[in-house]
Amino acid sequence: MARGPADTGGVGNDLLLSLVVVTALAFDFTNGFHDTGNAMATSIATGALKPRTAVALSGALNLVGAFLSLSVAATIASGLVDTKLVTLTVVFAGLAGGITWNLLTWFLGIPSSSSHALIGGVVGATLAAAGGHAVKWHGLFQKVIIPAGISPIVAGLIATLGTYLVYRISRGVPERTRGHGFRLGQIGSASMVSLAHGTNDAQKTMGVITLALIANGTVGATASAPFWVIVSCALAISLGTYMGGWRVIRTLGKGLVEIESPQGMAAESSSAAVILLSSHFGYSLSTTHVATGSILGTGLGKKGATVRWSVAGRMAVAWLLTLPAAAGVGAASYGIAAGIGGDAGVIVVLVLLLAVAGMIYARSRKTAVSHTNVNAEWTGSVAPPEPEKVAVAA
Amino acid sequence: MNSWVDLHALWQIVVIGIIAGAGLPALFAVGLRALNTGATVTTGDTDTDTDQIVGGSPVGIAAAAVCFAIVLAGIGWGIYFIVAGS
Repeated sequence: MARGPADTGGVGNDLLLSLVVVTALAFDFTNGFHDTGNAMATSIATGALKPRTAVALSGALNLVGAFLSLSVAATIASGLVDTKLVTLTVVFAGLAGGITWNLLTWFLGIPSSSSHALIGGVVGATLAAAGGHAVKWHGLFQKVIIPAGISPIVAGLIATLGTYLVYRISRGVPERTRGHGFRLGQIGSASMVSLAHGTNDAQKTMGVITLALIANGTVGATASAPFWVIVSCALAISLGTYMGGWRVIRTLGKGLVEIESPQGMAAESSSAAVILLSSHFGYSLSTTHVATGSILGTGLGKKGATVRWSVAGRMAVAWLLTLPAAAGVGAASYGIAAGIGGDAGVIVVLVLLLAVAGMIYARSRKTAVSHTNVNAEWTGSVAPPEPEKVAVAA
Repeated sequence: MNSWVDLHALWQIVVIGIIAGAGLPALFAVGLRALNTGATVTTGDTDTDTDQIVGGSPVGIAAAAVCFAIVLAGIGWGIYFIVAGS
């Protein structure tokens, strides 16, 4: 199906391919700002780094991280769907699903997994295009769903233990000295998470673009990511990170647990260790799940720390919804694109996608969260300034 | 069961994760405490202390240097881990 009838048509191929590449880079960008908080939320919350310094540092390290390793770039889709059945339109529809879910959860300030959004979108579009047999369900469970359940628990346990030890050991050290020292340690550990994030997540988009190039016949089936793909993905995720997903940062840094610098350091160390180890064993797990588990763990490891379980519960619901919801949007996008047919169908979906993105952005301006108010007192909602009456669950 | 969960990988992630993810911050705390020995002899939450980190005890400083060196080595190992093809 690599040159299936829907995708051929001479010039149309190149147009479609460039649309897919641009959409993939757009996804990479949303991936960046959606996940800034995984590395930097705790450092921003404790004042170890000024908000804008934090996002700049994280952006730079994501850029470096994207170049450090390329070993998992090709594996993102190949173990989960039958790549022979994947067309450009499928990839495009999958990305549309991923972007939509990422924007929606960002608007709600929920740190959900960008990887799951992408995988869900691609799986949903593949389902709609080729049916259930094109999806490698065993791979999906073994490599994505089960690790997603286990990883936050492991990260949480390690962070709980780390927090407990750190407080126990540094008990005799005066408060201010301790804060000062751990803020330095926090910057170091958060930097490691940023680096690991760049390596992991940028490669996922590289994998998708490579998949599109293979589907289009531009490169051979066993080709690795071309250099321009690596550079553009690295830049997109780094720029996205620099934009700072302030809404998500706020939830992670202020909403979930009130964090002090020793906790922040324990959380980021646990995240970095779990992310690096898991990707070593070939699990494309979500940095978001790991970071959230770690932050929750530090709340449990410190005596008397507040853990807002209602916020954690809302996140858990979003995590469960991520795969099916992104899959739904991906499948619907494919349905529309294939129903209309050809390039026109894809362009219609693109216009719809832009409209949805524009709407979410416009709504977000009304309750803006930025580097100026990201650390404001948590009152039960993502947006701090207006006294809202939405604090039902809180 | 084993075709769903790779237990071999899982226990390694847990054990090495605990050593690196919880052990290194703990070691950092040990280093900080060692560095601080001799500075102020308060027991915790009093706010009368200064921002001074280095306490002045040579033994403490040496012990702290060892701790921080191990932590840095751990970070270096992590970066090597990424580059070597994680």
